[in-house]
Amino acid sequence: MAKEIRSPLPGTFYRKPSPEAAPFVEDGASVAVGDVIGLVEVMKSFHEVKAEIAGANIAFKIENEDAVTAGALLAELE
Amino acid sequence: MADPAGKSLFVANRGEIAVRVGRAAKALGMEWIQAHSAADADMLAVREADRAVEIGPAQAAKSYLDADRVVAAAREAGAHAVHPGYGFLSENAAFARKVEEAGMIFVGPSADTIARMGDKVAAREAAVAAGVPVAQGSQGRVPDVAAAKEIAAGIGYPVMVKAAAGGGGRGIRVAESEDDLARLFPQAAQEAQAAFGDGGLYIEQFIRDARHVEVQIMGDGAQAVHFYERECSLQRRRQKVWEEAPAACLTPEQRAHVCEASVRLAEAVSYRGAGTLEYLFDPARGTFAFLEMNTRIQVEHPVTEMITGHDLVAEMIRVAFGAPLSVAQPDIAMSGHSIEVRVNAEDPFNAFMPFPGVVSGLSVPEGVRFDTLLYEGYAIPPFYDSLIGKLIVKGEDRAAAIAALAQAIEGMKIEGLKTTLPLHAALAADPQVQAGEAHTGWLEDWLAKRA
Repeated sequence: MAKEIRSPLPGTFYRKPSPEAAPFVEDGASVAVGDVIGLVEVMKSFHEVKAEIAGANIAFKIENEDAVTAGALLAELE
Repeated sequence: MADPAGKSLFVANRGEIAVRVGRAAKALGMEWIQAHSAADADMLAVREADRAVEIGPAQAAKSYLDADRVVAAAREAGAHAVHPGYGFLSENAAFARKVEEAGMIFVGPSADTIARMGDKVAAREAAVAAGVPVAQGSQGRVPDVAAAKEIAAGIGYPVMVKAAAGGGGRGIRVAESEDDLARLFPQAAQEAQAAFGDGGLYIEQFIRDARHVEVQIMGDGAQAVHFYERECSLQRRRQKVWEEAPAACLTPEQRAHVCEASVRLAEAVSYRGAGTLEYLFDPARGTFAFLEMNTRIQVEHPVTEMITGHDLVAEMIRVAFGAPLSVAQPDIAMSGHSIEVRVNAEDPFNAFMPFPGVVSGLSVPEGVRFDTLLYEGYAIPPFYDSLIGKLIVKGEDRAAAIAALAQAIEGMKIEGLKTTLPLHAALAADPQVQAGEAHTGWLEDWLAKRA
């Protein structure tokens, strides 16, 4: 069964630290517990989204700069 | 052309200011056309407007900040004029130009004025030319200690010695006296040389315990008037938290001086619309240093309306339509003292964490002005600023206004959210706030001590 990473906050999800930068995590990469996989902007303040579980072959379920609700599925891991 | 009645106004903003502007337009007999993003379809301004137009997705960059899209939407809606509110595109000269090129009225100054006052160097030059007080200092580099002493004597101590090539706090010293200066000047030069390969220094007045004082002006393109000043020294992360009018720290002479200078600058740039000149006030020297001019209506404009009785938003719309100012300077008197506090959807007990949520209950005490975007059942979207309302009170004097504020906060009920109201209650009860001693760095120190 896939492991999930969900958004802790409502807002806008960013996969990159800045528009010009590379994504925090590339598609298909492995992540460790505590790795930052993106940012959620809520009311103009930015909050890191960290992986709470480790896994491989990350698959993002939403696009960069998409709106998210609290608890929205952001990515799945194997 | 001079009468906005029967014309339509496209409000290119959201939140409480969209409500404020739209209601002013209705009161002038105008049609209110409200822009909104996909996430804002149920906001209060959309509910109250005559018509609403979606201008894009939730992200501000693709809706409220997309100048071409906003202009196209306003033109398609058949709007006669566009009001930008504050923030978003309100100080974007290119946007103002596009609105006018599309054959509509931009409610604000000309694109050229926005561009000029938005450029730090050009704004300072215009200020100096109009006799507006700016920070006192050396005109460029100071060659040696002897020259530094001469300049410092002219400005008065304390002075700040800064590296001409500087940044990051390197090569900066504060000298309290001539002896200090003689000792610190060579140190700063050496540090600047080491850090930047350039030991050049300049000197500026050092403002201890600075107050943020700003003057409200209004112009019709030829004449300008002022509506006195506000004080906004209570700030957190450079965001104003609590604003007052008038500034109790000024003498009548200081008030007259800064207000008259501000009108001179407004007239010198043929200013049209509402504008604010921001200054740092040095309470020890009694001097002002011009910071910048904001070429739009400001968040804290209500405190000025409370003490003068004039509707600033209605006036800026009228002058945008070509009317001359409806008031002359002698018609503008002030009485009493007004305070506005910014109510944000943030948890002051948890590092001001944003708290978007659903408003399950809302009640505002009788006789209190609350400019807000809230209504019962409204789900605050997480995509925009956390400002949800401005609580505005007035009293006979400052002490009475603070007492009225404390009472109003007590009577406010905003359920389902965490807000900054408890912060304002604590500030209203603080002896230093009550004594009018808070400077621009005070609130952050106060918060740090309580953290």
